[in-house]
Amino acid sequence: MSVRQANRFGFGINQSRQINYDTSDRKVRDYVTLREPSFRLCFACGGCSATCTAGEHISFNLRRMITLIRRGEIDLLRDEVTRCMLCGKCMLVCPRGVNTRNVVAMTAEAIRKLDRNEL
Amino acid sequence: MKGASKHVIVAGGGVAGMEAAGSLAEMGYRVTLIEKGQDPGGHLLQWHALFPDRRPAEEVRGYLRKRLNHENISVITSTVVEKIRHHGHDVIVNLSGGTEERADAVIVATGFDLFDAHRKEEYGYGIYDNVITAAELEEMFSMGKVAKADGTLPSRVGFVHCVGSRDEKVSNNHCSKVCCVTAVKQAIEVRKMLPACEVFCFYMDMRMYGPYYEELYRESQEVHNINYIRGKVSEASVNISNRLVIKVEDTLAGRPLKMEVDLMVLMVGMEMSKQGAGLAVASGLETGVNRFLETGDHHYGNNVSRMKGVFYAGTCTAPMNITDTISHARAAVTETVRYLNGR
Amino acid sequence: MKPEGKKRIWAEYQKEIPDDHFFYVRSCIRQTFFAGSEQVFLKIMRDDLGKDIFEDPRHTTCTGIGYHGDVVPFETIQTVVARHFSLATEAGYKNIAISCVTSFGIYTEILETWKHFPETLERTREDLLKATGRTFDVPETISHASDIIYKFRDEIARKARFNLSDISTGKPLKVVEHIGCHYSKMFPKYGVGGAEFPHVLIGMVESWGGDIIDYPERRHCCGFGFRQYLIQANRGYSLSASRKKFESMEPYRPDFIIANCPGCSMFMDRWQYTINEIDGITYGADGQGIPVLTYEEVAGLVLGYDPWELGLQYHNVQSLPLLKRMGIRVDPAKRFLAKDGSRLPEPVGLMNE
Repeated sequence: MSVRQANRFGFGINQSRQINYDTSDRKVRDYVTLREPSFRLCFACGGCSATCTAGEHISFNLRRMITLIRRGEIDLLRDEVTRCMLCGKCMLVCPRGVNTRNVVAMTAEAIRKLDRNEL
Repeated sequence: MKGASKHVIVAGGGVAGMEAAGSLAEMGYRVTLIEKGQDPGGHLLQWHALFPDRRPAEEVRGYLRKRLNHENISVITSTVVEKIRHHGHDVIVNLSGGTEERADAVIVATGFDLFDAHRKEEYGYGIYDNVITAAELEEMFSMGKVAKADGTLPSRVGFVHCVGSRDEKVSNNHCSKVCCVTAVKQAIEVRKMLPACEVFCFYMDMRMYGPYYEELYRESQEVHNINYIRGKVSEASVNISNRLVIKVEDTLAGRPLKMEVDLMVLMVGMEMSKQGAGLAVASGLETGVNRFLETGDHHYGNNVSRMKGVFYAGTCTAPMNITDTISHARAAVTETVRYLNGR
Repeated sequence: MKPEGKKRIWAEYQKEIPDDHFFYVRSCIRQTFFAGSEQVFLKIMRDDLGKDIFEDPRHTTCTGIGYHGDVVPFETIQTVVARHFSLATEAGYKNIAISCVTSFGIYTEILETWKHFPETLERTREDLLKATGRTFDVPETISHASDIIYKFRDEIARKARFNLSDISTGKPLKVVEHIGCHYSKMFPKYGVGGAEFPHVLIGMVESWGGDIIDYPERRHCCGFGFRQYLIQANRGYSLSASRKKFESMEPYRPDFIIANCPGCSMFMDRWQYTINEIDGITYGADGQGIPVLTYEEVAGLVLGYDPWELGLQYHNVQSLPLLKRMGIRVDPAKRFLAKDGSRLPEPVGLMNE
């Protein structure tokens, strides 16, 4: 909300919180899925985030991150993906055998490429 | 009598085997039921009450016992079918102890084994005093007392769903189907026995697939105040008060959660029985990727094996509840009779 | 707690630990932070147990810190480890004894990779040959040094001059064991007792007369995690993870912590000082810190080595109250004296002084 708007009306226009599946960008999902096919297997049980050492202390949640990738909510991913410490404990727990560490690595790589217009 | 001279061996005296034997006898076939335990009854012998209506398991046991009480049926207990082979028009069965039996057809009803909870090491079954399986809780119901190992009453009980099911780490990708509704049933029973006790179910999905299951789930919330937390339990440990500490993600809140409980109930799933697996290997019967017996066709040949004269009934083919097991056993009888008539 | 349940698991995870003839590979950081541990391990092996254990001065870092810190690629670390195997081959050793848990994890990861992807072994052979002209044999056994002490724990107990009990009460000391994550969480089969209930340190403590505490955060990481501590902005993770463990063990009033990993020992020791500086909190009895000892130091104490020779004076959390409980006397005058009589530097900010 710009200062000008606020000054004039005392209120602004709320942005939509809706996930717009038709305009969101699933290039990251496609990039990750191609390079780490086990990405498709996540069924959101939360075993990874229950055991996650980083998520114990800060707002990092691999289960949520995977959903954001699937939905194409890339802006929310940028920060999230940097918070993983890649300890790999989630891989010990995952009942679907997702290579979670590589999912994080591939996501970070995809975002770097996206930001350099290489995706 | 048309079938009187024909002899069918039923391998396994659980729900499926008893129902199959009863149906065949009723139609005039001579049946030999081979049971590995001391008495027929299978897993049902350990169960106190059944979902979804919590009727006493004894009622169904009574029905099945009556089915077996027929002059055409002979029961051999403490005996295992080790191998089946087809020979001319006969099916020859090798029994433990070295004897052979001849039959015109065989129905395999070797059932399931409960998942061995020791294999999920992170839950500490067999190590921590108050980690029990759903089957052990059922025994507590039968004894009329739900208590901790030290005899005191629990003030909080946690049910962990999908123990040994839907879990690649223990090589079981399949869903055992009945554990969700069993947990709901048992949760209600705990609350009824111990009204002051809080009860939590830790689940990944609530699979209320049968008639009146969803209604039972609703009742558990509406009437019995059962709490549901969506997340797979990652580990359990004990604290200085010997209370269990459960770690899970509360996936709907999006945050890791820990909780102390007095009793942790592991909803152990169904696996192909070791005995059935041994029989399959010895006899050359096919098994699927889920290690259960592979049937001739998943849609229209679900009681048929790929060996002539050998048919399948019940949970040796896949996890199923009692209702479906009884139906499946009757269908196996139909297939068997069709085979014997056409031979 | 049902002890037989743990024994059942321990029986499932038994690994082959050879009886003699080891090629020893040291840790990068231990000689700095726990100055006496590796030296006393070699002494125990050679003098107390009469074993053949060989070191080659050409042995280098395994580059594990760089590998986990994302600056050393997997191909490089495989070649470095292959060079160590080549040194062992050259000296005629088939059993590797590894001081560091990070290195141990690296070695197991590489051996498993070679097993499942034989082409990576061939590639590594080529890389090493091109880089150094060397060839190597894959070792027959991989032991962490704690595995070896575990194997000989009863022999050490028979030679013990002190045991892990309080001489004034006769009661066993209460000990927290902490296993480095890379010891068995990646490959449970390589660890004595597996990943969930490792037996390697419990076995030592029980053989030497102590009692083990099983507390809720026993399995939790100490927080070392290379990405945590290497980057200053992330160090809070490391600290928070350690604090979680201290808070969880505090109600049991442990006499000391025994660890088998260089990083864990260092952080669980140093972070007690840091937490005390930040929050003013201590976790031991009577407002004291909880001493953190390496398994070699504990073995050394039990066998009657001088605590100053073990290097206990260089821990942040000092062990004097513990030594007193065990009946071990020390000479305060010799605390910071080198063997040649010169003065050693005196650390500041020590706890339990």
